[in-house]
Amino acid sequence: MVDVTSSAPDLLRTADGRPLKAALAAAQRKAKWRAFFLVLPLLAFVVLTFIVPILKMLERSVNHDGFSSNAPAMVAWFNANPATADIPEEAYAALVTDLKQMQKDKTAGAAGTRINYTVPGTISVFKSAARAAEKMTPPYKDALIASNKMWADPLVWVAMRNASSAYTSDFYMVSADLKRDAADNLVRVEDNQRIYVYLFAKTFVLSIVITVACLLLAFPIAHLLAVLPMAKSNLLMILVLLPFWTSLLVRTSSWIAILQEQGIINDLMVWIGAYGEDGRIRMIYNQTGTIIVMPHILLPFMVLPLYSVMRVIPPSYARAARSLGATSWTTFRRIYLPQTLPGIAAGSLLVFILAVGYYITPALVGGADGQLISNLISFHMNKANWSMAAALAAILLAAVLILYWLYDRLIGIDRLKLG
Amino acid sequence: MVATSPNDAFVAFEHVQKSYDGVSLVVKDLNLSIGKGEFLTMLGPSGSGKTTCLMMLAGFETATHGRIMLDGTNINEVPPHKRGIGMVFQNYALFPHMTVGENLSFPLEVRGMSKSDREAKVKRALDMVQMYSFINRRPAQLSGGQQQRIALARALVFDPSLVLMDEPLGALDKQLREHMQFEIKHLHESLGITVVYVTHDQGEALTMSDRVAVFNDGRIQQLATPSDLYERPDNSFVAQFIGENNKLPGTIEELNGDKALVRLATGELIDATAVNIKEKGQQTLVSIRPERVEFKPEMMPAGAHTIDAEVIEVIYMGDILRAVLRVAGSNDFVMKMRNTLSQTRLTAGQKIKVGWHPQDARALDPM
Repeated sequence: MVDVTSSAPDLLRTADGRPLKAALAAAQRKAKWRAFFLVLPLLAFVVLTFIVPILKMLERSVNHDGFSSNAPAMVAWFNANPATADIPEEAYAALVTDLKQMQKDKTAGAAGTRINYTVPGTISVFKSAARAAEKMTPPYKDALIASNKMWADPLVWVAMRNASSAYTSDFYMVSADLKRDAADNLVRVEDNQRIYVYLFAKTFVLSIVITVACLLLAFPIAHLLAVLPMAKSNLLMILVLLPFWTSLLVRTSSWIAILQEQGIINDLMVWIGAYGEDGRIRMIYNQTGTIIVMPHILLPFMVLPLYSVMRVIPPSYARAARSLGATSWTTFRRIYLPQTLPGIAAGSLLVFILAVGYYITPALVGGADGQLISNLISFHMNKANWSMAAALAAILLAAVLILYWLYDRLIGIDRLKLG
Repeated sequence: MVATSPNDAFVAFEHVQKSYDGVSLVVKDLNLSIGKGEFLTMLGPSGSGKTTCLMMLAGFETATHGRIMLDGTNINEVPPHKRGIGMVFQNYALFPHMTVGENLSFPLEVRGMSKSDREAKVKRALDMVQMYSFINRRPAQLSGGQQQRIALARALVFDPSLVLMDEPLGALDKQLREHMQFEIKHLHESLGITVVYVTHDQGEALTMSDRVAVFNDGRIQQLATPSDLYERPDNSFVAQFIGENNKLPGTIEELNGDKALVRLATGELIDATAVNIKEKGQQTLVSIRPERVEFKPEMMPAGAHTIDAEVIEVIYMGDILRAVLRVAGSNDFVMKMRNTLSQTRLTAGQKIKVGWHPQDARALDPM
């Protein structure tokens, strides 16, 4: 035997003496270019409509020049002087210079908005100070503090120092329910203001509940689809896919008709005497509504991957297990279930990722306590708080990517079967 | 070991009928007794009901009518996992998410056997098929033949007294198949188990079985030892299905006991043995095996009738020479000759006379 592993690769040459690797690459170059040109339109489309916007969003989440571009004198002063608890007169003088300019350019609102993210209530302070700046006389420190006490607040000065650079992690800080104290240390915000972490946690917990509900509902259906004869399974498949083909609003409003306090279920329960008129249960416009309606909408995403995996599991495995002495439960647990794992994992991942980012259904049926993080992102977008919305969305994106990575580590992306 | 009456049978089908749709019967009044330690093969074309019979025995299908007895008890109502029957499936059905060892351990685990007992039994079963070194492999890492051995070991590991095999060698290539046939046969002999084997391959049925039940159209056409089946088929279906056959249609000219004189459609007379012939003048199909046809006068018994034949072509097949002849108006009469040094080489167009021992020509029912 010739040892082909060690010496042979560099000896391999074509008949005219060219290295084999180079000859192979040359032979395949044309085909490679042709393939590249074929996918080029899609590649350009994806870059333009997906990758660029996401990068832009990520940039927005760490960049806000509302203050830094409109307060050049302040930026210069912050750059020249280290942080200090006692703010000197010249800082207030720089502030007044900037406020005068802001009044001329009508940019006091933009600068105030940036500070407002970390110190609520500062927009109006900036606007009124800008209007009053023209008439102020030195010493500016006293004049400003006289116009509004907030100008003496060290938190405002910490916030302005941090905003003097366009690039900032403030939005992530706010998203994590943190703030800066007077000494520029990160501390948690007051209990009654902690909304983001709670909402992220609630979104994840609800998504897990919805995923589990989908799995429990979809598993028997997918199994039935996989074992029924073709004609019957096709009919059933149409029923499963029907939600896909119905408008989301139609589906959601039909749930409202069923679940509301004067709805079908409550009417039925009162009619059969399960509870009285005054015992009607509120099943919509709250968290319960979100938990009931979301699995209905996401069910097909669980059924399809499960079905595609179950369809190719030959019935002979179950028969073999039975003939070897296993009860039907043991057969299910030890033979059938493990083989459906790729489908369970794919369906769960898909449903979970969709649920985490779902917006419209919680908005329509979630009421006050059934809102998810996406509803808050939408709220910030409506208020033109782009950076805040971007930071929350980036956290959501990172969470999903981490999940995806975990999935790859635990199960393997190549085992993902989506149908 | 061959059971002849249902009373001393290990496995017995009694008047078993099976219908899937309530309109037609797949198995029609099946009666079959299998003795302890017997190797019985159910042979037949697809759709003949043989696999359905096996599935009823395994418990995956229920008999529409009749009883199935195992070791003296009616098992109609016994679920498959309580029957204790080993089974080898067509595509092996090795659990893909388990290693070879786990696959074999599974039937022992569900029986609540202790870990050390399990390990000993798994080792013994794997040694039996010379596969112990593969214990930690997954089924997907094994070749077809290796998977087949593991499937066999798994069906035997819990010491069942009855093992069912549903076309277990169908997916293997010819050489491996022949090798596995002998291996299964030897395992059967050394373990003393009862085997019910389903196949559509008649060669497999003949080489392995104690008895073969030929199925067609939901009925057993003939239940006999391989040699009886080959040499003395009961009817035209069996004669055609097992091995190669020459068929000459004609009418019974004379009938004397089981000796018959048959006048062929073209007027020639030939000798034959009457099998399911009742009277003179009846239509018949005479069946002769190609290797029993002779063309040298000294090889034929005295007084045997011979008929004219013309050689159409001679095909060289290595161990034998296969001559296609024109006999009694048909162009597909085949004669096989051993390829020996002294063998006469026939050439196309040559005119010869062929004949056979009357015992080898069987006058059967016209199909």
